[in-house]
Amino acid sequence: MSLLEVTSLDAGYGDFQALFDIHLTVETGELLALVGANGAGKSTLLRTIAGAIAPMSGHVRYAGADITGQPDFMRARTGIVLVPEGRRLFPTLTVEENLLVGGSTRRDGPWNLSAVFDLLPIVADLRNRACSHLSGGEQQAVAIGRALMSNPDLLLLDEVSLGLAPIIVGQLYAVLPNIRERGMTVILVEQDLSRTLAVADRVACMLEGRLVLAGRPAELTREQVTDAYFGHGYGYLDTDSGAAR
Amino acid sequence: MSWLNAVVQGVLLGGFFAISALGLSIVFGVMRIVNLAHGALMILAAYGSVLLIERTGLGTWSSLLVVVPVMAALGYLLQRLVLQRAVSISELAPLMVTFGISIMIPNALVELFTSDVQALPTGNLATRSVSAGGIAVGLLPLLTFGIAVVLIAGLQLFLARARSGRLMRAAADDSQALRLMGVDNRVVYAQATAIAFATLALAGVLFGVRQGGVAPFDGQVTVLLAFETVIIGGLGSLWGTLVGGIVLGVTQTLGGEFSPEVPLLVGNLMFLAVLAFRPNGILGRETRA
Amino acid sequence: MTTTTQPQTTAGSVRVDRDRGRAMLAVGLALVALVALAAAPYFIGPGITTDWGNLFYLVTLASMWNLLAGYAGMLSVGQQGFIGLGAYGVFVFNDRGVNPYLSAVIAAAVVAAIAFPVSYLAFRLRGGYFAIGTWVIAEVMRQIIVRFESLGAGKGRTISAYTEDPILRKAYTYWLALGVMAVALAAGYALLRSRTGLALQSIRDNEPAAGAVGIRVSRVKRLVFIASAAGCAAAGAVICIRSLGVAQPNEIFGVGYSAIMIFAVVIGGIGTIEGPVVGAVVYYLLDKYFGQSGVWYFVGLGLVAILVTLFLPKGIWGELASRWHLSLLPVGYRTRSTPHPTGWLTARDHRP
Repeated sequence: MSLLEVTSLDAGYGDFQALFDIHLTVETGELLALVGANGAGKSTLLRTIAGAIAPMSGHVRYAGADITGQPDFMRARTGIVLVPEGRRLFPTLTVEENLLVGGSTRRDGPWNLSAVFDLLPIVADLRNRACSHLSGGEQQAVAIGRALMSNPDLLLLDEVSLGLAPIIVGQLYAVLPNIRERGMTVILVEQDLSRTLAVADRVACMLEGRLVLAGRPAELTREQVTDAYFGHGYGYLDTDSGAAR
Repeated sequence: MSWLNAVVQGVLLGGFFAISALGLSIVFGVMRIVNLAHGALMILAAYGSVLLIERTGLGTWSSLLVVVPVMAALGYLLQRLVLQRAVSISELAPLMVTFGISIMIPNALVELFTSDVQALPTGNLATRSVSAGGIAVGLLPLLTFGIAVVLIAGLQLFLARARSGRLMRAAADDSQALRLMGVDNRVVYAQATAIAFATLALAGVLFGVRQGGVAPFDGQVTVLLAFETVIIGGLGSLWGTLVGGIVLGVTQTLGGEFSPEVPLLVGNLMFLAVLAFRPNGILGRETRA
Repeated sequence: MTTTTQPQTTAGSVRVDRDRGRAMLAVGLALVALVALAAAPYFIGPGITTDWGNLFYLVTLASMWNLLAGYAGMLSVGQQGFIGLGAYGVFVFNDRGVNPYLSAVIAAAVVAAIAFPVSYLAFRLRGGYFAIGTWVIAEVMRQIIVRFESLGAGKGRTISAYTEDPILRKAYTYWLALGVMAVALAAGYALLRSRTGLALQSIRDNEPAAGAVGIRVSRVKRLVFIASAAGCAAAGAVICIRSLGVAQPNEIFGVGYSAIMIFAVVIGGIGTIEGPVVGAVVYYLLDKYFGQSGVWYFVGLGLVAILVTLFLPKGIWGELASRWHLSLLPVGYRTRSTPHPTGWLTARDHRP
């Protein structure tokens, strides 16, 4: 049985529809990478899976149960945790307090303060600092640690590398295998193609709110992915063919 | 000597102002709601004590054991059932709702208790005093000040150390992110409101004891004093309410040295002066108001 | 002309529609009604016209509060300060030999001048704290006024010199109340149809964004604050003249007036020109038929205001208007596309 099953999903903000007829399944223990250009709908899809956005139509099933109508905080308690775009740490709380709030779901599992400190030593060093004074990379490390604190079954990582120096991104990606070795399922949103193709079990490309290509990195050519990324040959934004949508 | 006396009395009065301002400060700090019914609810709590004393023979202080939890429960329900909905409608809606409550309460009290002052007996506590260095200090104001310090320290400790206190600070920072951590922010809000209502219930009964009784429309004065205390002290700081309360209290008692008619006016003018020259309050750092 | 060489516009152009025709019709009807109401004392007994005067100042107050909260997003619970100052202003100028009706006008102007520096204090606060801040300011005004023995101190006082003939006095008072209401409504409407009105609506919808596109937010808000203060002062003067004085400073400076204004605006429909008028009429009727039924009446008013806020946030007029697409006095802008045939440019496009 798949851990997550998204069917015929339409979603958006107010009158603006950002996702069109998304079908997606994710198996337990898998790392799925969502790639696509800015505004392709990757973050919206993650937020809809996390329950922060209610879909316009379609269904989300998780561990066999239909959770389409379940609010975000209930989903976190059943094991779906989102590391949101922009980190969204609690700025007036210390690093350690942020982690403790992350553990609010009180789910059983391997992750606790000392496990997170072992995984991310930088976070341990900062434990008593207020989060408003951290660098972007430090904040991202805390945000990942905070999400782990709730011992999720499905971890949703939104734009981990956004605005960070490559060396820091490398350090963050280096801990992914440690997170995954305990069986956690991960959906990763990323704009950096080569980094994504290196870590992902499966890649799904989004273009203007639609899933246009999915497969294992080994089975996809780099051209296929970049074409899907930029929309070449998909009838979108394709200036050469002269055909608008 | 009378000046020094006035300052001492003013400082102690500040303790009462601080207690009455705590609830307003908490509700604004956590939910960004300004509770215009704060004063009316204080008076409602005092009438709760009056009723208990009449019907059950409880004393004023023991009535607190009932009034404080009941008001806390009322706060919890009001936040969950009414204010949460209002917040989702518009920025003005919670103000209109709390203002509506502030109109309903005193008028209902007039209907139920008449507009006469209802006494809150405390034995001889209100008249007893201790003397030190030639200054006689009322036992009740001294006790009130002590309660204020203990209460603020306790709340500060709760917010800093307790799990639910931490969640309240997190909810004030970013309620949406908190929901993603599996916490229903509406429950956190309701808990914060319950604490705020517990403190305003205590403040209301203390007000009645200080004044020797309560009248239905007293809330129109107490809400303004509580609000001035918050702003003078600086938003977003519980110890600030004690500073604000002391500044307001001393201003009033010194004003009273000139004329018994002007303490409220002088206190209000002090508030306007703070607004003009230190708009972030005496302890305030950032612009939040 | 280069138009012949340009590619022809095929998409049609957009015309901004301000409903000028409907607005003119409504204004015309309002003028007819105004003339009819002005003539009323010649045909109808003073008992009835005096009663209508009650409605006129309620409409004035509700419209002024709506201007603040409904259009500029400033919820004030301190307008009673300006109402009280307007009422006491009548004494100040009447004592110096000005007739009470002209005193009312002068008082409104003076209160507008007072509101200017007051706005700098009040604008230090936002949202709910602005609300209580205005309430404090109103209290300060009362506390200062009652320090003056010449103004009756805390006991109130009566107007010393007024028109002796009771019939004439009542007619003048009626015309004053009507005039104040007409000016308040007309000025409010003109303000909202002006560029300032557009600025106001953008401030109400998103203040930081309005500032970012170059709207001088605090200047526009200050203008509204002062206008509303003047309107409330004029209404306060009307209230004072109607009862030949002030019986209780606590009442004319009482927060009860804020309650009435908020009730009328919320019930009628906040953020529309027509809503406060509807709400004032509702309050006037409720007060007329249930006002004597004791203080449960006020409990009921508070409850109704809360329920309407929560469950009918657009108010009576707002609900009707959105259901039937009604707007007697449109202040908005609508864009209408006006498609034109290919290859033919309309005359409008060539207008300078």
